[in-house]
Amino acid sequence: MAEITPEEHYITAEPYYEPSGSEVAMFEAAWHNRLPLLLKGPTGCGKTRFMEYMAWRLQRPLITVSCHDDLTASDLVGRYLVKGGETVWVDGPLARAVRAGAICYLDEIVEARKDTMVVIHPLADDRRVLPMEKLGTLLQAGPEFCLAVSYNPGYQSVLKDLKQSTRQRFVALEFDYPSAELEARIVASESGIDAALAQTLVKFAHMTRNLKGNGLEEGASTRLLVHAGKLIASGVPPVTACAGAIAQALTDEPEMLTAINELSASLF
Amino acid sequence: MLTADDIAARLDEYLETEFSFIRSDELAPLVLALAPAEQAFVLDWTQRIASTNTEIAHQFVRRAPQVLRLQEPRVIEAWALHAMDVYDRAGLRAALEVIQDVERFVQHSQARSAGALFDEVSGVLLHFVHGLAGRPLRLALSDTAWTDSETIHLPALLAQLAGREDNFRLYKVLAVMQWAQIHHGTLRVALHTDFAAWPDTARALRIYTLLETLRLEAIISRTLPGLGREMQQLQPNYVAALSAPWQAALRQLQGTQSTPAASLGLLPSLYAAPLPPPRLWQVELYLNEVAACMQTRMEREKLLLRVRLAQWLEEQAKKAPADSALPHLTVREPADDAQAGSAFELTLNDAPVAPPEAVAQLLTSIRLDLGEIPDEYLVPAGPGEYDPALYTEQADDPDAVWQGTYHERGASYYNEWDHGRQHYRKNWCVMREREVTPVHDSFVADTLQRYSGLVAHLRRSFEAMRDEERLLKRQVHGDGVDIDALVEALADARDGSEMSDRLFMRLHRVERDIAVAFMVDMSGSTRGWVNDAEREALLLLCEALEALGDRYAIYGFSGITRKRCELYRIKRFDEPYGDEVRARISGVRAQDYTRMGFAIRHLTQLLNATAARTRMLVTLSDGKPDDYSDYRGVYGIEDTRRALLEARRSGIHPFCITIDEHGPEYLPHMYGAVNYTVVSEVRQLPFKVADIYRRLTA
Repeated sequence: MAEITPEEHYITAEPYYEPSGSEVAMFEAAWHNRLPLLLKGPTGCGKTRFMEYMAWRLQRPLITVSCHDDLTASDLVGRYLVKGGETVWVDGPLARAVRAGAICYLDEIVEARKDTMVVIHPLADDRRVLPMEKLGTLLQAGPEFCLAVSYNPGYQSVLKDLKQSTRQRFVALEFDYPSAELEARIVASESGIDAALAQTLVKFAHMTRNLKGNGLEEGASTRLLVHAGKLIASGVPPVTACAGAIAQALTDEPEMLTAINELSASLF
Repeated sequence: MLTADDIAARLDEYLETEFSFIRSDELAPLVLALAPAEQAFVLDWTQRIASTNTEIAHQFVRRAPQVLRLQEPRVIEAWALHAMDVYDRAGLRAALEVIQDVERFVQHSQARSAGALFDEVSGVLLHFVHGLAGRPLRLALSDTAWTDSETIHLPALLAQLAGREDNFRLYKVLAVMQWAQIHHGTLRVALHTDFAAWPDTARALRIYTLLETLRLEAIISRTLPGLGREMQQLQPNYVAALSAPWQAALRQLQGTQSTPAASLGLLPSLYAAPLPPPRLWQVELYLNEVAACMQTRMEREKLLLRVRLAQWLEEQAKKAPADSALPHLTVREPADDAQAGSAFELTLNDAPVAPPEAVAQLLTSIRLDLGEIPDEYLVPAGPGEYDPALYTEQADDPDAVWQGTYHERGASYYNEWDHGRQHYRKNWCVMREREVTPVHDSFVADTLQRYSGLVAHLRRSFEAMRDEERLLKRQVHGDGVDIDALVEALADARDGSEMSDRLFMRLHRVERDIAVAFMVDMSGSTRGWVNDAEREALLLLCEALEALGDRYAIYGFSGITRKRCELYRIKRFDEPYGDEVRARISGVRAQDYTRMGFAIRHLTQLLNATAARTRMLVTLSDGKPDDYSDYRGVYGIEDTRRALLEARRSGIHPFCITIDEHGPEYLPHMYGAVNYTVVSEVRQLPFKVADIYRRLTA
């Protein structure tokens, strides 16, 4: 594949997505009204897939930035670089998205440094501008541009909470693991295993979710179930697949690992 | 090689035979017959048990050589420790029963078998049963396997089967059976109604227990097929050996629709037939205990549900103030054999709504007890209808506990290291957190006045240590171009030498992420000027720490005997420093003795609950650990050392500030060579403490 920039990348094939509520209609309405969106929910429940699906549906490029604790404002907006004895300005992903009228998706926004949050404020209210401090200019967003951020309220740490001034700018969409029936359908269709096996995998996921707060930080996500399902479809025995794709991904603690493996061994 | 005389001499010493009727010359040949390594093993454990009680040790040494022929040393250790635990909990008689019970124990176990131990498997099993859903269950040690509907009881050791693996599996099956009893209605029968008609109630109950065991087995095989297969491997020929009437009953119970009522219905046809031997994983049914436990819980949960519903409806009404009609609630329950995760659905005035987490949990628990949600449970509580005392599990007033008969409600338990036993005494310390009574006097103002110069100095020097942002120059990556570096690099390039790639600058934030717990000695020996110096030091420390912004907590510790270990709360981690905390510092008074282990263990827990990168535990003390009766000398020092080791293992840095000039004799052993400091002059304490802390964390 030839190298293309993210803002030229359109998703052409429809990504597989099963809506579990009115989130598609909500997103479209928000987009038409130029409102930014906040996606809440545990990891691996389909937030990123939903964004891909919406980008395809609205036919906009999707620029995703995974936030980390060293992500600064310049990483988003842009910076001067040195090229052949001269300084050149290079746009950051957020600035590129604004220029191209793309959907900019900031994944796990709370992980970013506190000062980063402030640069998205003017973009997330009715001004819809991105101040380019170092250039001394303002970048006005067009009607197609859309800002979406995701956030996992499960991490109960004071340090990792969104400020009111930030969260009150967004239309919030809450995501959770799909209902058991729907989740089994997703797992079966994504991994290619049969319905009965997918149901058992979902049952296993619920067992691990019961352990949340009792030694696990999170239960198994839909994504992990799909991983395990794919391994099973390739001929790995279910218990081994669950141990590798789910148990080891959830914890390093030996007792918890044994307990989770015992649970999967009981089910299959 | 030990001779018979050597062994007798050592037994004389351990068992204190001078003062008893124990004849060491009778015991010595038993030990002498063993291999040298086994001799050493038995003698070592005899000595360790004797530090707890000589009679138990005597009975142990009588039996150990015989058991050693049948069991691994690991199992014998567990047996000895179990006996000592029972002694701690229930006294000599019960402990001797455990030791003497070894005959039964040996009978049950296979030759040279490898047993599974509760202590080794309980961690895994607890996670396992939590994973199975339903009401949150606890695990506890007991003589037999049985459940009261909230706690799963398991024996200390299982050695019925040949391998350790299989014995572990049996533990797992026993736990799952109890979970299934709670989950599938076995406990929803009552002794006085369902069994009263039978002439021999105990027999009827045994038949019911076995019938239910078979019914639950069928359910487990359906819902947890993997486990079902394991169970069949553990006892494969049982079903084939059943008599014809029992075979018929079994077929009936294996149907998907069978209920506890079906088991009760089968009772008449099987009452006269001979009772088959119990199933390997048959658990006991103590219906009276179950009834008592269920009774209190059901009343509480009914109230709690109605109150929660009322609160929830109030919130809903605020969000959408719709009609004024009385809200009508119904509930749709998930089918019994439904997919895991299918949840309760409430309908409020015919509109389906998802119940909040707390309500859903209550509904689950109530349905386990009753099999359904009765309509009267769904009537929201009226305003002021119930006293919160009826449905909240309250912490008892620590002072009231001591009035009347002694009990240990509302306390936490901590293990203590027994140096002689070389093992923990389980749940040995009964610990309560109490609050220091605030004293609003002139102490605070006087102290701040007297040390005003020092306070200002401390504030300044602590402020200098705060978080700061530093501009890092000459970086490979960064937010901005470092013009100086660029100019230099360009000059280098023109010059023909290599151009540096470190051309950027970056704002780097140095974060101080420290949580510290101060543990202050409030023992009787601090009475007087030591106490004054401590209080002054604490006050100045708080002033300094406020400037710094570190998270900190202050607790005082004291106690008399293991039954009354007390931690005095002066400041919690999440509590702001203010007049209340100042008044509590002023209210710190000397109390009783210096038992330290429990305080370290409790503060370790609190520290580990904070999310700080660096966690410290600073002790302010005036002497050795010491308590009424047993916590003297080596015992106290070793327990304290152990508690500190535990703390260090969980990533906490302990440090001790003492005014005891003999400190260097025992502190290096407890805290490590560099982790303490002696302040020789009590008067210096207020000047020193904050300064020591600054040096520690700089």
